[in-house]
Amino acid sequence: MTTMTVAGRTSATRVKGRHNYLGGLLSWIWLAVIILPIYYVVITTFKNQGDYFSSNPLSLPIPPSFTAYSQVIKADIGLYFMNSVIVTIGTVVPVVLFGFLASYAIVRGNSRLLRYSRWLFLLGLAIPLQATIIPIYLIITKIHMYDSLGALILPSIAFGLPLTVLILSNFLRDVPKELFESMRLDGCTDWQMAWRLAFPLTRPAVVTVGIYNGLNVWNGFLFPLILTQSPDKRVMPLALWAFQGEYSVNIPAVLAAVVLSTVPILVLYVVGRRQLLSGLTAGFGK
Amino acid sequence: MSVLTTDTEAGTGAGPAPAPAAASRPTRLDLLVLPALIFFIAFAFIPMIGVLLLSFTDWDGISAISFAGFASWRQVFTDPGTYHALWLTLALMIVTWLVQTPISLLLGVFVAGHQRYRAALAVLYFLPLLLSSAAVAIAFKSLLDPNFGLAAGLHLPFLAQDWLGDPTLAFVTVVFVIAWQFIPFHTLIYQGGVRQIPVSMYEAAQIDGAGRIRQFFSITIPQLKYTIITSSTLMLVGSLTYFDLIFVLTGGGPGDATRILALDMYITGFKANQMGAASVIALILVVFGLALTLGIQRLGGTDRGASQMEGM
Repeated sequence: MTTMTVAGRTSATRVKGRHNYLGGLLSWIWLAVIILPIYYVVITTFKNQGDYFSSNPLSLPIPPSFTAYSQVIKADIGLYFMNSVIVTIGTVVPVVLFGFLASYAIVRGNSRLLRYSRWLFLLGLAIPLQATIIPIYLIITKIHMYDSLGALILPSIAFGLPLTVLILSNFLRDVPKELFESMRLDGCTDWQMAWRLAFPLTRPAVVTVGIYNGLNVWNGFLFPLILTQSPDKRVMPLALWAFQGEYSVNIPAVLAAVVLSTVPILVLYVVGRRQLLSGLTAGFGK
Repeated sequence: MSVLTTDTEAGTGAGPAPAPAAASRPTRLDLLVLPALIFFIAFAFIPMIGVLLLSFTDWDGISAISFAGFASWRQVFTDPGTYHALWLTLALMIVTWLVQTPISLLLGVFVAGHQRYRAALAVLYFLPLLLSSAAVAIAFKSLLDPNFGLAAGLHLPFLAQDWLGDPTLAFVTVVFVIAWQFIPFHTLIYQGGVRQIPVSMYEAAQIDGAGRIRQFFSITIPQLKYTIITSSTLMLVGSLTYFDLIFVLTGGGPGDATRILALDMYITGFKANQMGAASVIALILVVFGLALTLGIQRLGGTDRGASQMEGM
């Protein structure tokens, strides 16, 4: 209904008012600013090294060359991709699971421990992750996990939790208390209520926080840079950086790696744009 | 049994009034919070305390940690490099805010319109959101190459500069790339904000004969107050942590031309192996960030983010 009214209003304005030339101009300039770099990256990946040095940088590669992609695939990008997938899933699943249980407890209960927990998670929202990287490095080396994928997962879980708990508990608070009451009268335990009632009702928020955490981990650079070392433990962003150092003259291959690192998120953008965008602005851009 | 009692009290008690009997006894709900709590304490809370402790030590990252009193503090605060980094961080924060805010605001208002071509443009505008900072930095490094990048493609010689080699240009480049990567995010936030402004306000203004520009300044901007605060907080606090992008793009160089605090911390700790000094820099970052967040909140009253936190 609202959408209808808004659309009606807008077209009425457009008939009456003048055309918004300034907005129109700015929007097309901005489109060029956004699209040119992306266009450049994509077409360059379909050039071989010779074409890259000889052809106009913005000319279409005809016929397209797949050399760059085959070089990157031979350079173990599949392994780095899988590492990223493992770290992302290994982080997102526990964050959402633990975050959901914690939110359920915080919203439903009222013990001292729960109040302290709530306070701690709020504190976590205020402290920038980067500032704690040195103690995290110390802890990870002390527990002998330096240079493993687990070293990336453990702190990522911890840093994903505050916003996850914030969003899920805001959502859970909106579940009518009567529903919990009637389930308890039927003899359900908290565990059953959490999974049969609260979880299905918060599913949209669960998807949002899942995407939010997934993007952060997939694109994360600082933890991999500091907590891993060997090539076989590289995740995608770190692999891009390493490629750039190793193949500095082979720009098409470096950019092909950039494109491949974006594929999963691009797929998500195509199939579930709304969920992706709500995940991006989780907690802020409602 | 105790679980049941606790629940009844917590559940039926109207609002947040604490149920005294339940307050101190461990319940089954306490067990549910434990996994999250343990992870958070081990890998976030203890590190937060750890930064403070490590700032009073001498540690090279490998050998034993020894107590060093205020030596690292003295070192950091007598190093002109620290003040340079602090100044750069501040300059980058202000310049990126000045560049990003008007553009994202205008674009946000623009794509909030319901014409179909605007929705199509929005799909393209948001594309940079899909890229990691490392990917963006690498793409721009090749794009800015004077011989094989955009300048050669567009035949625009003035674009063929040594963008990353000259100290002033490197700063400008960093600002531009940050704007390229983050304006889409803030456009998205403003789009959401604009769509929540009641249409009736514009209708009333139109009846009163207010033009488009008048409407923008008298309705859109005031109505977006909290969105502007949220977006600015994210921008300003976020600018403290543009680590990945600058690290890959310039590595802090040329020289120390783009060595902001976060990079200064990394280089001091993991390149110069002075973890104590790096921890002091980390604390400067934390204080800077907290002061900013609190300052902005006070400036603009409570914002939506804060009221959400209060609700938690």
